Amino acid sequence: MEDAFVFAVLTANATVRVATPLILCAMAGLFSERSGIIDIGLEGKMLGAAFIAASVAAVTGSVWLALAAGVALAVCLALLHGFACITHNGNHVVSGVAINILVSGLTVVLGIAWFQRGGQTPGVGPEARFMPLELPLASALADVPLLGTLYSGFLSGHNLLVYTAFFAVFATWWVIYRTRFGLRLRAVGENPHAVDTAGISVAWLRYRAVMICGLLTGIAGTYLAIAQNAGFVRDMSAGQGYIALAAMIFGKWRPVPALGACLMFGLLDAVAIRLQGVVVPGLGEVPVQLIQALPYILTVVLLAGFIGKAVAPKAIGVPYVKEA
Amino acid sequence: MSTGDDRLTNDRAAVPSSPPPAIELHGISKSFGPVQANQNVSMTIAAGDIHGIVGENGAGKSTLMSILYGFYEADQGEIRVAGQSVNIASPDKAIAAGIGMVHQHFMLVDTFTVLENVMMGAESGVLLSGSITAARSELKRLEAEYDLYVDPKAVIEDLPVGELQRVEILKALYRGAKVLILDEPTGVLTPQETEQLFRILKALKAQGGTVILITHKLREIMAITDTVTVMRHGKVVASKTTAETSEAELAELMVGRKIRAELQRTEVAAGAVALRVGHLTVRDAYQVPRVDDVSFEIRAHEIVGVAGVSGNGQSELLEALSGILPVDDGLFEIGGRRITPNAPCDPAQLRALHLAHVPEDRQRLGMVGEFSARESAILGYHNDPLYQAGFMFNQVAIKAKCADLMTQFDVRPPLPEALSANLSGGNQQKLILARELNRAPDVLLVGQPTRGVDIGAIEFIHRQLIELRDRGCAILLVSVELEEIMALSDRILVMFEGRIVAELPAADADERSLGLLMANAAPVETAH
Amino acid sequence: MNTDSRSLPRWIDIGLIPVINIALALIVSGLIITVIGEDPLVAVTVMVKGALGYQEGIGYTLYYATNFIFTGLAVAVAFHAGLFNIGGEGQAYMGGLGVGLVMLGFDAALPIALLLPLGLLASAIFGAAWAAVPAYLQAYRGSHIVITTIMFNFIAAALMVYLMVNVLIQPGQMSPQSREFSMSGHLPFMHEALAWIGIPFARSPLNVSIVWALLCCLGLGAYIWRTRWGYELRAVGHNERAAVYAGVNPRRVIVVTMCISGGLAGFVGLNEVMGVHHRLLLDFTAGYGFTGIAVSLMGRNHPIGVVLASLLFGVLYQGGAELAFEVPAITREMVVTIQGLVILFSGALAYMTAPWVERVYHAVKPRRAPAASEA
Repeated sequence: MEDAFVFAVLTANATVRVATPLILCAMAGLFSERSGIIDIGLEGKMLGAAFIAASVAAVTGSVWLALAAGVALAVCLALLHGFACITHNGNHVVSGVAINILVSGLTVVLGIAWFQRGGQTPGVGPEARFMPLELPLASALADVPLLGTLYSGFLSGHNLLVYTAFFAVFATWWVIYRTRFGLRLRAVGENPHAVDTAGISVAWLRYRAVMICGLLTGIAGTYLAIAQNAGFVRDMSAGQGYIALAAMIFGKWRPVPALGACLMFGLLDAVAIRLQGVVVPGLGEVPVQLIQALPYILTVVLLAGFIGKAVAPKAIGVPYVKEA
Repeated sequence: MSTGDDRLTNDRAAVPSSPPPAIELHGISKSFGPVQANQNVSMTIAAGDIHGIVGENGAGKSTLMSILYGFYEADQGEIRVAGQSVNIASPDKAIAAGIGMVHQHFMLVDTFTVLENVMMGAESGVLLSGSITAARSELKRLEAEYDLYVDPKAVIEDLPVGELQRVEILKALYRGAKVLILDEPTGVLTPQETEQLFRILKALKAQGGTVILITHKLREIMAITDTVTVMRHGKVVASKTTAETSEAELAELMVGRKIRAELQRTEVAAGAVALRVGHLTVRDAYQVPRVDDVSFEIRAHEIVGVAGVSGNGQSELLEALSGILPVDDGLFEIGGRRITPNAPCDPAQLRALHLAHVPEDRQRLGMVGEFSARESAILGYHNDPLYQAGFMFNQVAIKAKCADLMTQFDVRPPLPEALSANLSGGNQQKLILARELNRAPDVLLVGQPTRGVDIGAIEFIHRQLIELRDRGCAILLVSVELEEIMALSDRILVMFEGRIVAELPAADADERSLGLLMANAAPVETAH
Repeated sequence: MNTDSRSLPRWIDIGLIPVINIALALIVSGLIITVIGEDPLVAVTVMVKGALGYQEGIGYTLYYATNFIFTGLAVAVAFHAGLFNIGGEGQAYMGGLGVGLVMLGFDAALPIALLLPLGLLASAIFGAAWAAVPAYLQAYRGSHIVITTIMFNFIAAALMVYLMVNVLIQPGQMSPQSREFSMSGHLPFMHEALAWIGIPFARSPLNVSIVWALLCCLGLGAYIWRTRWGYELRAVGHNERAAVYAGVNPRRVIVVTMCISGGLAGFVGLNEVMGVHHRLLLDFTAGYGFTGIAVSLMGRNHPIGVVLASLLFGVLYQGGAELAFEVPAITREMVVTIQGLVILFSGALAYMTAPWVERVYHAVKPRRAPAASEA
């Protein structure tokens, strides 16, 4: 019993670690897409931020400068996306793909040019990383059965960015549903004409949305580089931006369900490693790859309308052009 | 200018303390590329008036109001609000100047509640909770003041059109509008809803508000406005005090001296039934019947006109009969084939039954703008063996056909390689007509054949339709131009809210009686 | 993609503006090379020399171009129907699986004369099938095809890993690769084919599938602009309502077009598996599916444009490899960067320069009568 509990706590921890960048990116995508801007480029922004954060951390040894740099780069990429989609009415998907490809090439090119390590950045020591934080009394309570274990083993001991991710969900929910900006954001994704005639600038509203998107993907990238890992490795985002996109769709463009989807996808990932080689009675050995592909398969099944209906914001991907 | 201005000047002279006009426009000009939408437009709208602006489609009314609302910026001219010269560069400036607008297409967020729509853009603070409380009490006040109630918690997509319009009016009032612009507000309303709207407008006036009503319906102008401005081809042609003018005078001013040669019609006895429609019902995505239990027949050598205010099911009728929309109930018969909900028929199969269709919306339905004229000239007939050479198109045959059609219908420029979108509206229409008429169809469905077409082309198109009828084609003509319906039809059906509410021989019809029938204001007469 | 520049003459719209866009992409690339402390002009020289300066280089360039033609055409044909097929990568992967399975199954029994058409068919069918599911879901259930094709890329990758690791791996091998096909399962290399007719050519991975790629260009061009099916495809892409009016079933067109698109992408598998590696392995698609997007945008979705853009990308890939060798500070990923910039400038910002070009054009052009369009 005790073992099962410890196992559960370990799995939960692994889930949270994997889910953190997904959560941040899903919230990022949510801001962008709720404003009507499709964002395929979560992956690229996160990867770019990871690279810059790792580089800055390696050079300066400061986590905070690293975080600032990661966020700044991601915001710049988001503004580029906005410039293409909002100012020039470009195709959102094309722009997102361009950013992803550009970043996946540029990070390696610059990495090699700057550090000569085959695209990796130099390893970053603990002083330049976001290290696990111990919540108050965690070690004192560790021996209390169940609740103590839960507190010290699960709630405590994550790094700041993990807590930030969960806070970001709450903040996203609050901003979207409880503030003036959120109301207008939801409106502009549904009917930009209504927003325009209400005397609000559609472009500025959308620019703000993509900047927030950049901010959150920047944090996600920083997490990858100097919290979850200790440096940048080429293509280290490894499709997580797309999984986050899938999770956001799975959550039907709403913060809390999207969080649920991120945790589910994170759990699948955490379990996949543990299930390697395990024989399930009656099914035989479950291929790890199947579990790894499940987020994608589930998203397709959802989009096909077999589990509820995922309805995107109505004006998503449509350039806003004034009409008489 | 004329009467309107004089009256105002007199007023001012008589009552020195009277307020300055609510809105003054001086020399407003606006062009979109080569199109001059507004040309040196000036008008004065007195505070507390209901002011009508009438004109045909494309006369520049909506553009002018969009300028006043800051949606477009004028190339030239000055706007004064309550005597102050203002620069209205964007809608928020217009709102700040006390101008509100109810657009023809409602500017509402479908997934939001009424309350959210009303307060969006005019929230009282950064947090919504305060705004919600404020908006709720303000809505209560407006309800009391103007007798204007909509459930604040209702979600927009669940509301009927009439209520949506009230939400739009509330939105404007919530923002403190003293001048309310309504762009074609009654096009989508039932007579009851229209009446209610007018009551609201009168209440506004009674509270000292100013209303600008854009419409092309003269009856409404006469019923509710104090003053009226007539626009034509982007210019103001007259400003009148409503009490001193008449529908007839306004109509003449609106259309100008559009002298039309009487159509030569020979009386031909109608032949066999070519299209029979029985209890046809077509529903929209929300299961609301758009065409509701409609039955009629058309015989060879006969043009049947469908009159009605647009949006009363005519478009859906055409699209159902041409196979674009599915039949939900009832049936129609053409060329010996019976089309029912269980035996549907797609547009290609219907064409094979010698049905041709000139759609209402030629740019969105009748052609592909990015296609060359040659390609648009075979749209719908592109599978004809005539145009094939093995697996490939027979380009020579297609080009020859297009050139032939262009010559016959005088499409200019007669270049098969021209981009369809680059042809003018009239030439696009002629090309589509040429294509559809070319096959000597047994049944022709034609919607708005002369919309946006210049006068010369109108006469040409009318002659072609008459000729086709004389040769034995059965024609169903849908048009919002009553004159056109009366000039061309042998028989007239009147559609209202998806139903056919009257059927009468063209000889018995006049504009007045049709107008009453279209508004479903008169007792339904069955004339035959 | 949405702003039209109809007031400009055609040669500017389809000739000058794309060239300006590519030039912008290359200028930014040059800036990046400068930033990392190298000389862009030297880089260009090395690249061009490496890609076109000698026979082996040319062979490699054309071999890369073969893949890009397939994936570029795949993206282009979907674009014409108004669809964004971002799943070329997965479809190419599946196409390779199809070829591989046929070869592994029949290479002992059948001669090349039969295996070639079978391989062709298998790559097309597998690629098409992988595109058909997202297409069906888009057409009949309204699932956004961009998202579903992305998801299918990942699903394809997972499936291939599973198959290669667990099923198709050569027994006794550590790396997940199948056994090598027997000789009858090898497409002739170009240097072999040319040797038969007496032309000596240096060894390279270039194989006869480039001939098939060019035939596909011709075929697709004819299909899109010279047949009734292509007519329907373009009608759906430009104006779906008009297509319905014309009696076209847009759902059928979507599915058929995506099958063609997926089949074309699947031919990458033919080139890679049957033409070069002669065995099934992981990651042979190497991002070619994504390059197809750049190629198609740059080539304005036209087969001739696709061929030209493929050649340019072939030069970039081969020259980039050479460059990485000669100038260690610049890596092959520079090519990926350029690719991203091309997609950005030729795709997302395609009309950014149009207003400036328009202004310059109207300032320079001689005053003439207004265009016929105003008649």
